[in-house]
Amino acid sequence: MSKDKALLADIEDAIANCMKCGNCMEVCPIYKELQNETAVARGKLALIEAVLQGRSDISAGFDKRMAMCVSCKACTAKCPCGVKADELILRGRQAAVKARGLHPVKKYVFKLLANRTLFDLALRMAGLFGPLQMKKLPGNLAVVARFPMPGLDRRRVLAPFAATPLRSRYPETITVARPKMKVAFFTGCTINYVYTDIGQAVIDVLKANDIEITLPPLQHCCGTPVHMSGDADLARLFAKHNIETFERAGADYIVAACGSCAEAFKLEYPELFRDDPVMHARAEKLAAKTFEISEFLVDVVKFRRDNLGEVPSTVTMHDPCHMARGIKVTGQPREILKAIPGVKLVEMKQPDRCCGAGGSFSLANYELSRKINDRKIADIAATDADTVATSCGSCRMHIIDGLVQNKQDRRCLHTVQLLAQAYAAGKG
Amino acid sequence: MQSQLIDAFKKIVGPDHVLTSKEELLCYSYDATPGFANLPDLVVAPANTQEVSRVMTLANSEGIPVYPRGSGTNLSGGTVPMKGGIVLLMTRLGSIVNIDAANLVATAEPGVIVADLNKAVEEYGLIYPPDPGTVATATLGGTVSENAGGLRGLKYGVSKHYVMGLEVVLADGTILNTGGKNVKDVAGYDLTKLFTGSEGTLGVITKIIVKLVPAPEARKAMMAVFSDLDNAGRAIAAIIANKIIPATLEILDNATIRTVEEYAKVGLPTAAEAVLLIEVDGIPEVVEKEAGKVFEVLNANGADEIRLAKDAAERDKIWAARRAALPALAKLRPTTFVEDATVPRSEVPAMIRAVNEAAAKYNVTIGTFGHAGDGNLHPTIVCDLRDAEEMERVYKAMDEIFATAIKLGGTLSGEHGIGIGKLKYMEDQFGAAGMQAMRAIKKALDPKCILNPGKLVGEC
Ligand SMILES: Cc1cc2nc3c(=O)[nH]c(=O)nc-3n(C[C@H](O)[C@H](O)[C@H](O)COP(=O)(O)OP(=O)(O)OC[C@H]3O[C@@H](n4cnc5c(N)ncnc54)[C@H](O)[C@@H]3O)c2cc1C
Ligand code: SF4
Ligand code: SF4
Repeated sequence: MSKDKALLADIEDAIANCMKCGNCMEVCPIYKELQNETAVARGKLALIEAVLQGRSDISAGFDKRMAMCVSCKACTAKCPCGVKADELILRGRQAAVKARGLHPVKKYVFKLLANRTLFDLALRMAGLFGPLQMKKLPGNLAVVARFPMPGLDRRRVLAPFAATPLRSRYPETITVARPKMKVAFFTGCTINYVYTDIGQAVIDVLKANDIEITLPPLQHCCGTPVHMSGDADLARLFAKHNIETFERAGADYIVAACGSCAEAFKLEYPELFRDDPVMHARAEKLAAKTFEISEFLVDVVKFRRDNLGEVPSTVTMHDPCHMARGIKVTGQPREILKAIPGVKLVEMKQPDRCCGAGGSFSLANYELSRKINDRKIADIAATDADTVATSCGSCRMHIIDGLVQNKQDRRCLHTVQLLAQAYAAGKG
Repeated sequence: MQSQLIDAFKKIVGPDHVLTSKEELLCYSYDATPGFANLPDLVVAPANTQEVSRVMTLANSEGIPVYPRGSGTNLSGGTVPMKGGIVLLMTRLGSIVNIDAANLVATAEPGVIVADLNKAVEEYGLIYPPDPGTVATATLGGTVSENAGGLRGLKYGVSKHYVMGLEVVLADGTILNTGGKNVKDVAGYDLTKLFTGSEGTLGVITKIIVKLVPAPEARKAMMAVFSDLDNAGRAIAAIIANKIIPATLEILDNATIRTVEEYAKVGLPTAAEAVLLIEVDGIPEVVEKEAGKVFEVLNANGADEIRLAKDAAERDKIWAARRAALPALAKLRPTTFVEDATVPRSEVPAMIRAVNEAAAKYNVTIGTFGHAGDGNLHPTIVCDLRDAEEMERVYKAMDEIFATAIKLGGTLSGEHGIGIGKLKYMEDQFGAAGMQAMRAIKKALDPKCILNPGKLVGEC
């Protein structure tokens, strides 16, 4: 067996299940823009198949094609054969990393990521020096890069790094008068370093429901970005660190305010350790008590509705891929919105279509992810809502960028922020 | 291919629209047909008729094979470049030219996705009826070239009943127009019909004029369970004999019922020999009356149970069973062959029995479902292409299924086309004279045999 083939041998059966019906063409956002068979799941799986059959190898071209995926899972949801194409493409990427090594820029960034203290320092510095690098735009909590940064498109609107990260603003434990339970808040990087306003809203809402919160200080990036780039070993290192950290936290539940972060705990960590029974069991145990915030508020807490004030706004909802098709949570955020007095929910066309962010995909392929996002912005505009609610920091950032680029005066918030506003309005 | 030639094609369509990388060639080496794949030398994606014409002129003078391709979802190997050469990707010709609601006609380019055409005409209260399982992915050019049909075929017919006119580029680059917007048109040979269903072997379709029909105002769905396959057969015949043409009249055989139930849990009785799924559509009063009549007929012909959908949710539940048929079967094994042997509707029970016998004899797994009303069945064989011994048995079972279809007065293909998948059975159906006539037509329009060579009529 050739070396390349051996790297993919364990998914040979899974690949053979693709009947090449092409149904995934209907939903793949990348294919929609590129109209090239190499971009659709069927094509990417065919390339993996070609390696397995010895008709091709893990070339630079193979690597490039495997990277053309926002991991939105739309193909998997559509597939009549039950092929988990997004995961197989990820396996293709992992094989490419093993065969060809990581891209040098990614290697550098991941090295930084792997070291929690250095990572924290770098992102804090970004918060301190951010104003120098970024030009502020009026309103909308957005900035554009003033100096070219590696891998960053200059026209792109990003959120500024926070001057003080979320976890530095609060004590490790936030107590309430009569706690009915204790949750450990997994902030994720975006909320800790960039969208601290979301994190604050989560804390306010939990407090309003008499829940004690702990912010385990040693928590680290969930590992999804490295996982998505194909570096499974490093992803396991992150996973192990977080599992240990949250075991020590000893909370009743773990809560995250982002579909991908919740998915990491709920699905990815157990999967990463499928060959390690001990770690697998530990991961499963944590997975069972991890919830995305809206899911937690609706299904577990049954959040208070008697003290909600009015938040007058017309809201449309964008379902992040990893909420809709990852952890399958779409009803709960809507239930929250519907509970808020004054909120009028207007559904957009295809609310669960990918917004084009795709984690680091949009860093490397800004133009393409812009095109995918422009379709989302058009769907948003058609509802004429003044507010877009979503459940993920990177979706929020990409949608805000899209709103600015398309000159639209609408705001984009996390669902929990609207709920926090309602509790605040209810107080007085 | 020599680099000057590649450059010449790049000059015609622009360098970005000629694909030559190994990965791209691999991705255009297959379609939805199991067991066939071959690398092209290059993929060329023209943007308009003029570019198609210039590509064909050059390919013809150099004798390069050309394989037109839409979305590559066909099930007969129709787009696989068996002799290398060029895959001619038609998806960039993707606009709806105009919708003439007054004349119930639309003009569109071949790369338009069928569902998108339907969305566009919906606001005029019209539909374009051919609706293959792949409406959301297949191109208009591909469906017209395959003469595709779908669930509504019984009442509404297949693609050829809707194609009124075409713009076609011939093998040598000549641009030809056939038909037009006239509802009645008997002048000359019917070239429109000739190119419709020609599977890219006679010319490249670059524009299509189609007929539209008013969307039905109402519809009613029901499901009938039969413990005896023959009763189901009798019920099918009796519905039609009562002068009711349902939009849809589908059958699931026992193997399919069991698999669907296992996978989707939609409440099908797993012991039943057949389930019929029926929908009538049209004017509300007529729909009510016809639904009542169908109910009576089903009852009179020994249906063990009949479920009538009372609202949209119940209708959805009934069709969920049909929609689950292919996915459920496909999940059983890695490889899935969806065949479309078709017989006169009175022979549906005989055909299903013959399929079951072939499955038992060769020890292969086959579920049969399909358009019972028009006799178009989909014996679906699930297997593993990587197992040579099993595949030998699969191909033997297929031979027997197609032989039976022809023996029962049926045809090799009700809607998927011949391509290379079913080529070897063609002579059995058409005889030597039939094949010779078709080859003569092919030679007359494509003397160098560069268009989809080796398909439909074989070597020429
Ligand atoms: C899951 C599944 C379900 C299906 N269900 C049905 C069904 O219910 N009914 C049905 O009829 N079919 C069905 N099909 C088959 C398939 O979808 C149809 O045959 C469809 O018409 C193919 O369209 P396409 O755009 O993919 O064409 P392609 O596969 O790209 O091409 C089909 C043929 O047309 C030729 N061609 C394409 N474009 C042109 C052009 N512009 N000019 C000349 N020749 C051209 C090609 O050379 C090829 O021979 C199904 C297939 C799958 C995988
Ligand atoms: S991945 Fe699934 S949907 Fe896509 S071609 Fe393969 S079987 Fe079809
Ligand atoms: S996960 Fe999304 S982007 Fe990736 S192949 Fe599937 S549909 Fe396309």
